[in-house]
Amino acid sequence: MNIIEIKNLHYTYPGYDSETLKGVSLEIEKGSFVAVLGHNGSGKSTLAKHLNAILLPTEGQVLVNGIDTADEDKLLEIRRTVGMVFQNPDNQIVANVVEEDVAFAPENLGVPSEEIRHRVDNALKQVDMYEFRMHAPHLLSGGQKQRVAIAGVIAMEPQVVVLDEPTAMLDPRGRREVIETVTRLCREKGITVVLITHHMNECVGADRVVVMSNGRVIADGAPEVVFSRVELMREEGLTVPATTELLYELNKKGFSLDLNALTVEKCAEEIAEKLG
Amino acid sequence: MLRDITLGQYFPGDTVVHRLDPRTKLLLVIIYIVALFSATGWPSYGLVIAVTVFSLAISKIKPKSAFKGLKPLIFIIILTALLNIFYTQGTPVAEGWPITWEGIEKAVMMSLRIILLIMGTFMLTYTTSPIALTDGMELLLNPLKKIKVPVHEMSMMMSMALRFIPTLIEETDKIMSAQKARGADFETGSLLQRAKALLPILVPLFVSSFRRADELAVAMESRCYHGGEGRTRMKQLKLMGRDWIALLLGALFLAAIYVMKHFGL
Amino acid sequence: MSEIRVSGLTHIYSADTPFEKIAIEDVNITVPHGQLVGLIGHTGSGKSTFIQHLNGLLKPSQGTVEIDGSDINASKIATKEARSKVGLVFQYPEYQLFEETVYNDIAFGPKNMKLSDEEIDERVKEAAELVGVSETLFENSPLELSGGQKRRVAIAGVIAMRPGVLILDEPTAGLDPSGCEQILKTIVDYRNRTGSTVIIVSHSMDDVARLADRLIVFNKGHVRFDGTPEEVFSNPEELKEIGLNVPVPTEIAMALKKRGVVIPRAIYTTEQLLSALLELGKEGE
Repeated sequence: MNIIEIKNLHYTYPGYDSETLKGVSLEIEKGSFVAVLGHNGSGKSTLAKHLNAILLPTEGQVLVNGIDTADEDKLLEIRRTVGMVFQNPDNQIVANVVEEDVAFAPENLGVPSEEIRHRVDNALKQVDMYEFRMHAPHLLSGGQKQRVAIAGVIAMEPQVVVLDEPTAMLDPRGRREVIETVTRLCREKGITVVLITHHMNECVGADRVVVMSNGRVIADGAPEVVFSRVELMREEGLTVPATTELLYELNKKGFSLDLNALTVEKCAEEIAEKLG
Repeated sequence: MLRDITLGQYFPGDTVVHRLDPRTKLLLVIIYIVALFSATGWPSYGLVIAVTVFSLAISKIKPKSAFKGLKPLIFIIILTALLNIFYTQGTPVAEGWPITWEGIEKAVMMSLRIILLIMGTFMLTYTTSPIALTDGMELLLNPLKKIKVPVHEMSMMMSMALRFIPTLIEETDKIMSAQKARGADFETGSLLQRAKALLPILVPLFVSSFRRADELAVAMESRCYHGGEGRTRMKQLKLMGRDWIALLLGALFLAAIYVMKHFGL
Repeated sequence: MSEIRVSGLTHIYSADTPFEKIAIEDVNITVPHGQLVGLIGHTGSGKSTFIQHLNGLLKPSQGTVEIDGSDINASKIATKEARSKVGLVFQYPEYQLFEETVYNDIAFGPKNMKLSDEEIDERVKEAAELVGVSETLFENSPLELSGGQKRRVAIAGVIAMRPGVLILDEPTAGLDPSGCEQILKTIVDYRNRTGSTVIIVSHSMDDVARLADRLIVFNKGHVRFDGTPEEVFSNPEELKEIGLNVPVPTEIAMALKKRGVVIPRAIYTTEQLLSALLELGKEGE
């Protein structure tokens, strides 16, 4: 079942002549982990902002659970269904205490007090930040702040979490924390995850990678399939994971290795087998 | 360092004062301010000081941090003291001196009044999380909603401002270091030159604040913020026994000050 | 060109308070003229504290920092001189742009050095050229530029001071892969053309390892490794132990070793791994 359906989406920012999105059509299956890749200016963040009605299509349609995002009366329902985490952790935390920040969305939704308490504790435990519930957010590390932001979204009990370059400002440890957290949410809680990124390594664990360029989708499929198109990715100014790159270069020298070996372990196995 | 400023900073704790309802604390601070400005003689000042010290003690605020809060306002305190010393008529300290005994007394009293005022209000922000504080304020002012005062919006704006103070201080620090690394000089030169030297800090700070505000607004909307209508609270405020006791004590304090005032103390 | 000599450097934040924190302890590093150094460590390892000592933004709690043989903390004048000798580009430097035009922003540093107008003009043009900012942009507002361009302008603002040492803190943070590649290329070009000492600070090894002459790894306020990339990557297990991300090719080499394919030298780029594997392949035939 598709939780999000995007039909021929066009978008032009007010005051601009050229379209930022030039006809994007995508269907996102419930419970899946989808990574959207693209270089700066490819339109991937603009696409993300359409998924919870922050932006509305100039042409075309976005459906969340069958509801048109242009339907103003259903705005809260759409935003509650599709939670959004942004790039800069500092600019999305609204409260001075971690748990009060996580409570922000359920409070806005008019959830009863005891229920909010329950949701907040639960959300903080899911991102492994429960012990920090009384801390001041500005004293946390980047990765921790971002996990608080994720908890703040989970407390709405959304069906989809969209993350717009959540790791761009983090160090490698923070990146790992965030990616592990969202992967777990998807695999264990069945939350649909849409991860917007330009780090190839973060896409390795996804079910599906969508590559965007110049306002269009130019590749879409399982990570192994998308990354094996090394030439295309390079043309788009994107790299491929170092594993794929190595296998690809070895094949150019006359080996016949399987480009599907994305993880380090699989890649080493493949090489050891064919070489040894 | 800028980071040391404690103005409006909340120090989490678990004392009776921390647990009081923010509305109670707000009312108590108002009582305290009225009492402070009604105190005229040394005995009533003594009582105010005693109450201040007592409240600081039970809220477990270290004297060091209490005084640290005064730092940014030292200039105003000294200025007040000087104005009072030189502009009060009375008996000169010595023949031909422009300083009078009355002036000295008044200077001490006025500085003390400012210091106590700051300490009293700081006690509120020390022991109350800004969110609780704005919640309390919103509830206290709730009746004004009937005459279309945007109470919720005002309290939201205040809590946002408080939330971003540390972030902006940190950012100012960073920008200052970066401009210093480009040879900017904030420490020497005439007043005008120094004011001009602030431009390389203020412009980036403004630009980034606008960007932050923009991103924050989108983030809040994404989390279903749509004004105060239909909002609930995780922590519901409820006046407890201790709140009533604290308010009673506050009322007694104010009454005592007025009795003393009546007897010219 | 300048030589840096740091001896016995210790820095303690909030000394004599309950918040006392030793950020770096007994650091001894000498960087000769013209070296390209990669300074690696994760957040809180002390690397940022360390670099802010090199131009006197922070004062040592103990130890000395010498540039070209003179102590930069000896006097206020010495510190000021160090600021123009050691250029420091902070993280996200584009957030410090403030002038109305690109030209004026690049000129801010040279102006603070009280240089003549002709000299300033010459330096602005030179710096802009070095980082690849076109002169046609000079009259634009820096705020109108794209993210990558802004960062170039900010870097030019530091280069225009003609520092003998250029230090860049996370110069590629937040950029996409092609943006990263361009900035790093610019930095390497700059080093090659001017012969300056360059220190790139980063929390990830991937980019820096293949460019640097030397890697210095900070961990918990101490220098944990200091040597050529070959030397540092000869024991990748230890790097992983202190929680650093080693480059993926290094990881593959480690995984291969576990499977009995032993590569006899340090690996940190795909090219190295590729040629090593090709050699092994030939032997196998």
